[in-house]
Amino acid sequence: MRRLPPSVIVLLAVLALVMAGAALAPWIAPHDPLRQSLLMRLRPPGSADVRRGLFVLGTDDLGRDLLSRILFGARASFAVAVLSVAVSLSVGVSLGLLAGWFRGWTATVIMRLVDTVLSVPAILLAVLTVAVIGPGFLDLVLVLGLTRWPRYTRVAFAATLQVAAMPYIQASQMAGAGTGRILRRHILPNIAGPLTVVATGEFGLMILFEAGLSFLGLGIQPPSPSWGSILSAGRQYVERAWWLTVFPGLGLFAVVVCVNLLGDALRDWLDPRSAGR
Amino acid sequence: MRHVASRLLQAAVTTFGVITLVFFVMRLSGDPTLLLVPEGATAEQIAALRHELGFDRPLPAQYLSYLGDLARGDLGGSLVQRVPVSLILGSRLPYTLALAGGALLVALAAGIPAGIAMAVWRGRAIERVLAIVVVAGQSLPSFWSGILLILLFGVTLRWLPTSGADGAASLVMPSLALGAVAMSTFARMTRIAVLDELARDYVPAAQARGLSFGAVVVRHVLRNAAIPVVTIAALEVGNLLAGAVIVETVFAWPGIGQLAMQSIQSRDFLVVQAVVLFVSLAYIGLNLLTDLAYTAIDPRIRGRA
Repeated sequence: MRRLPPSVIVLLAVLALVMAGAALAPWIAPHDPLRQSLLMRLRPPGSADVRRGLFVLGTDDLGRDLLSRILFGARASFAVAVLSVAVSLSVGVSLGLLAGWFRGWTATVIMRLVDTVLSVPAILLAVLTVAVIGPGFLDLVLVLGLTRWPRYTRVAFAATLQVAAMPYIQASQMAGAGTGRILRRHILPNIAGPLTVVATGEFGLMILFEAGLSFLGLGIQPPSPSWGSILSAGRQYVERAWWLTVFPGLGLFAVVVCVNLLGDALRDWLDPRSAGR
Repeated sequence: MRHVASRLLQAAVTTFGVITLVFFVMRLSGDPTLLLVPEGATAEQIAALRHELGFDRPLPAQYLSYLGDLARGDLGGSLVQRVPVSLILGSRLPYTLALAGGALLVALAAGIPAGIAMAVWRGRAIERVLAIVVVAGQSLPSFWSGILLILLFGVTLRWLPTSGADGAASLVMPSLALGAVAMSTFARMTRIAVLDELARDYVPAAQARGLSFGAVVVRHVLRNAAIPVVTIAALEVGNLLAGAVIVETVFAWPGIGQLAMQSIQSRDFLVVQAVVLFVSLAYIGLNLLTDLAYTAIDPRIRGRA
């Protein structure tokens, strides 16, 4: 295996740093993200209070510390994104493997299901589902996970068709290996590359979807902080508090840019023919 | 013809699948009546409504009558406004179409020249600068860029109205916010399409005949690269309709996206269902049209199925 290019290492390091910040939020956040103080509402960055100290990025409409809320919001964002990618990856890859291995009717049914789910814009399907079952952390993970699996299925299907035709697969079949073993031990490792690229792009999308749903009031519920709900307050107080818009949005934007660049870099690395495309 | 028939059949199957999917999502909570009743309704009122809407019948019967209603174009009646859902949808649709049109214009006008420039000046500084713009546009959440635009043009400079639908000026910021992601998609696709064409033998052949590089690009390359870009354009319209949900909320733009969000708040779920169905079916329709148009323009595809 060739070594990872420096761009990938740098991007991974940046993302790891942001994730560490999110994971360590309870220890590094300067304030309690839920603690309100009515005297300190909508204070600009750098404001200080005698009893509570400095608010580096200012406060929100209920006098809560913005920096602490952004750190805790990142936690929610990453948790939802990681778990929902895990759900969609497992569902999508399993179906893709089955379709690619059994072909015939199994493949027809699964691939028509893929077309169907892809025809409903994911954000609308998520909006409808959350509106029906009600918002909640686990519901959010399941809704996002179960609306975004088809892309993995397409990639896994195409890759499985290709790999299944290789002589070493026939060889292991003749050696008596069962279907489950072949799929897990021989096919899955060989299609992992393109799936990693898809999963990276999807991770960025999941972060955007979580923030979008929370912005619409259908994601993480107040008072728990999330980047989307902070931005929603930012919209409401746009004339008085620019910091509520600028800082959480910058965090969101920076993370998604890193993830997208990482996806491009990984694809170029795994498939040099596509480099720069 | 076989290709056309198989695409029609495929679109029909997908349409049926989407309709079925929405039916089951609406019933995920167990009893859809509870979604539709106003807060504080009595048990008798709930039972009466359940009977009126047929939710007390077995699931297969409900499903069949839902299919029958849809086949006749009947989306049901709004329980809040007491008018047919199709009327409400129809009154809001022009706003969303105007917004999607504006966003498409922004995306095409910025994305296509950017894509051509990136392909023609491959490896130069301009490509690297544009590549950054493209990744930025692709990663930009519309609800953030929308508020930033409001901060800049609405609050600080006071050039444009910050919300509502008050003439063409109100359309500028929502179109920019919604069009950014599509702009990046067009730039990427145009770049790939132009690069593919530039690699063909006719390019050096035309240059050998004495045509300048610029003339080859304008006369031959762009014309051939247009087909894949047109395909993407139709699909992007579907994405723009879906993205309108968020952008319309940011700008209080009275289209179907804002309608969906308002209907969730007033628990008018048949309206929400109608918006989701409409956008999904529009997406399938656009997909089909593109495919058929593609076949008509490019005869090479006809042979494949």
